[in-house]
Amino acid sequence: MSRELTVVQAVTDALRTEMRGDDSIILLGEDVGLNGGVFRATDGLQKEFGEARVIDTPLAEAGIIGTAIGMSLYGLKAVPEIQFLDFIYPAFDQIVNELAKFRYRSGGQYAPNVTIRAPYGGGIKGGHYHSQSTEAYFAHTAGLKVVVPSNPYDTKGLLIASIRDPDPVMFLEPKRIYRAMKGEVPEEAYTVPIGKAAVAKEGDDVTVVAYGSMLHVALQAAMKAEEQGVSAEVLDLRTLVPLDEDTFLQSVKKTGRLVVVHEAQRTAGFGAELVALAAEKAIEHIEAPMLRVTGLDTPFPYALENQYLPDVPRVLDAIQRTVSY
Amino acid sequence: MSGKLLQVVREDGQVEKALEPRLSDAQLKELYKHMLQVRLVDERGMLLQRQGRLGFYISAEGQEAVHVGAGYALEPEDWYYPHYRDPGVGMMRGVTIQEMFHQLYGNRADATHGKQMPNHYSWKDRNVVSVSSPLSTQIPQAVGTAYAMKYRGQRHVAMASFGDGSTSEGDFHVGLNFAAVWKLPCIFLCNNNQWAISVPLSKQTASESIAIKALAYGMEGVRVDGNDVLAVYRASKEAVDRARRGEGPTLIEAVTYRMSSHSSSDDATRYTPKEELEAWKRKDPILRFERYLRNKGVWDQAWADQLREQTNAQVAQAIQLAESQPKPKLGSIVDDVFAERTPQLEEQLADLQRTHPEVE
Ligand SMILES: Cc1ncc(C[n+]2csc(CCOP(=O)(O)OP(=O)(O)O)c2C)c(N)n1
Ligand SMILES: [Mg+2]
Repeated sequence: MSRELTVVQAVTDALRTEMRGDDSIILLGEDVGLNGGVFRATDGLQKEFGEARVIDTPLAEAGIIGTAIGMSLYGLKAVPEIQFLDFIYPAFDQIVNELAKFRYRSGGQYAPNVTIRAPYGGGIKGGHYHSQSTEAYFAHTAGLKVVVPSNPYDTKGLLIASIRDPDPVMFLEPKRIYRAMKGEVPEEAYTVPIGKAAVAKEGDDVTVVAYGSMLHVALQAAMKAEEQGVSAEVLDLRTLVPLDEDTFLQSVKKTGRLVVVHEAQRTAGFGAELVALAAEKAIEHIEAPMLRVTGLDTPFPYALENQYLPDVPRVLDAIQRTVSY
Repeated sequence: MSGKLLQVVREDGQVEKALEPRLSDAQLKELYKHMLQVRLVDERGMLLQRQGRLGFYISAEGQEAVHVGAGYALEPEDWYYPHYRDPGVGMMRGVTIQEMFHQLYGNRADATHGKQMPNHYSWKDRNVVSVSSPLSTQIPQAVGTAYAMKYRGQRHVAMASFGDGSTSEGDFHVGLNFAAVWKLPCIFLCNNNQWAISVPLSKQTASESIAIKALAYGMEGVRVDGNDVLAVYRASKEAVDRARRGEGPTLIEAVTYRMSSHSSSDDATRYTPKEELEAWKRKDPILRFERYLRNKGVWDQAWADQLREQTNAQVAQAIQLAESQPKPKLGSIVDDVFAERTPQLEEQLADLQRTHPEVE
């Protein structure tokens, strides 16, 4: 059986489905209990599973992640929520120096299984500190997997896969599309594999790569391009680390052209990694400059948010520039 | 909770009868053994570093009573989240001197596969968690483990060990606060050796003590003579018992002194007052405990001589074997990043193997 759910409902559904079958799963974070989270991602879960499993923690991100690590070293599966990705920095040390490195530094003895959920990204009029898209920090940290879903079905499947995955996962939720769409989501538990990209739209002339909420901007731009006679293939990365190089390179080799779209600022963003990879491993197939459509190298602006975020005209412009090169 | 210092054995070895813990002669000798073994391993470790045979070393000289006394109050199922100046807890749980030297040399026999600097041990099957360089991070982690123990309905406890300088880090405050709010079976052991590298405690805090900070978090705080192994044991046992009864966490401040430099890379003569060092030499925890054992009639010179000899022989043998072991295999460089190697890691390893075919 399946029903139509939004992305945020798919988060709740994934947590509920998985928690019913596994009493080692513990949720913790700010306002996640009684209030069900500020985005309602954990709505009703404390009621169903009790205060010991859905914990309203004191307000300290380092404590949320630090205790999640300690729980998980003892055999629990901790799924902390960081209220906004923008507020994760008090826990940065616990994430990059502890969570990500425990397995390595202990020679495989201690391996915390923590899935950190955090809403990320702009488009909600959240200004500076409720909009940032800082996946590159985490993709740049050895020992972390980085997962970003773009639709309700993948959200449930990837979140369950992340919780079951033996490694630490940064599960970044595109809050801009938390409620923007509905999609069929099976009632039972299922997984969408980590490390596998999806071809969201097939095409021959240019590869457009995106993830999270930008996938939809990329798709819309691709539809427009189609009207203008350009066949764009759109890839939904779904996982940044470990990256599905095969799907990516296959597409780039086929089309010979690449446009990467992400909200994060350009310099040293994940797009740079993709372009470098294509240059290293598919240069003989590349027929035009590879382009990045990204946020600007500025702090996230409030009033000009819609201009900061990549949109259809900007992506379309890049597609046209690369195909007409 | 005040500035009062819990002391069981005075510097001259006389005991405060009313406070003396009930330990058998055999147990008392065990405490002595653990402290002496830490001292002897450290002496050799520092020497090896100076000879250029070890890259680095951290000594616990003068502070042995703190973690030996506290660790002795724990059961094997209790978890210990170490600082880096407290190897005795692993040793009293059965870690061999050989295992330690394999880690110090980062060789192929090392339980952590040469992944970390010397002294950053990890003893999973002894419930001693991996040592981390970033200070105080272990404190909230111990709290999480204590939460898991309580959640599972077990009567185990978690103990986090750290230095005095470490109490200025945010993780210290965060950890104590969470533990008190959740009323967890967690014990916080501050090895107050009065220095954070070259910075004295007076520059870390304006509180009259570290123990007094417990008051603000809503937990028990005790201040003990950290060179008195029985005082540390007594305070720790009380804290552990309280925790097992479900009465929440305790902060223990054990006042001691760092008799060595911060590490082999530091020169403490640049900043440690000579007189202070001399004064603390007279408070040596191992000599004090020996005086106590003598007064009690438990001391056995032949036993002590043999213990020293045996330990030194074990250390010598451990060094020999550790030095003869090869480095970890090249492939291990990409192991334990994740549960399984990713294609990217395989590719990076292949590059390395191509350019460094000489490395096994
Ligand atoms: C977060 C962090 N900052 C700085 C350092 C560098 N450092 C290593 S030990 C140390 C002093 C620690 O003092 P204390 O907590 O009193 O422990 P002790 O070495 O005296 O046992 C410093 C500053 C570090 N390891 N981690
Ligand atoms: Mg210190």
